[in-house]
Amino acid sequence: MSLYTRSGRARPRGGGWELAVWYLMRLTGVGLFVLAITHFLIVHVIYDPSQQTADWIAEVRWSSLFWRAFDWTLLMLVLFHSFMGVRTVVADYTRGGVRSAILMALYLTAIILFVLGTLVVMTLPVVPNGPGNPA
Amino acid sequence: MLLRYRGGEGMLAWAFHRISGVAIWAFVVLHVIDIYLVGGNPDAYNELLAIYASPIGRVLETLLGAALLYHALNGLRIIVIDFWPPLTRYHVWLWRLNWLLFLAIGVPVAWIILKPIFGL
Repeated sequence: MSLYTRSGRARPRGGGWELAVWYLMRLTGVGLFVLAITHFLIVHVIYDPSQQTADWIAEVRWSSLFWRAFDWTLLMLVLFHSFMGVRTVVADYTRGGVRSAILMALYLTAIILFVLGTLVVMTLPVVPNGPGNPA
Repeated sequence: MLLRYRGGEGMLAWAFHRISGVAIWAFVVLHVIDIYLVGGNPDAYNELLAIYASPIGRVLETLLGAALLYHALNGLRIIVIDFWPPLTRYHVWLWRLNWLLFLAIGVPVAWIILKPIFGL
């Protein structure tokens, strides 16, 4: 198989972590093609931003385990894919200590977002018998 | 580096992929924080929501959707070529197909997002 493609990053030679990341970027990319586009259509086409207050999210949007699991899966995929993508960009334009410092800040940000996002999707109280969750 | 890479459609596809990717990443950082506020500070979230629903917010969301749709379609093109290298010969044709799908899906969605600005 050719190492050369027209617009993607070349598959790293050898194996190890870098090759795993190369495959994982493509795997999470396919997952995000479905999940991220579905998410965008739900938030902007099926509903309108003006409806989506904090109460509405608790009562309707996150009233079922399915949509919480959907959104948490999306969070995991997008954190990996977007932060590893930016890591590639940072590595292309920086070197040495500057690169290390930026990558440290990047990974720290990813960990904070992982914690904040997981916390809210798993702990926001379910509203029983809300409009989206009839008895 | 951004404009000197390889040249032609492949270079443009790569540059747009990189720009749209970084833009989506920046929004993801904001978006995880705003959704955290749904639990942490609902009033602050609702204030931010009013900006998302404003005319400027809707224009920015349309741009975000365009970045997402381009990145998704071009990403699929990259994957298809990576795992089926003979298709590299048709990469320009695939790139044009991307733009066809981009317009066919993107224009109606953009209209739905933007029409409240015009009171529709």
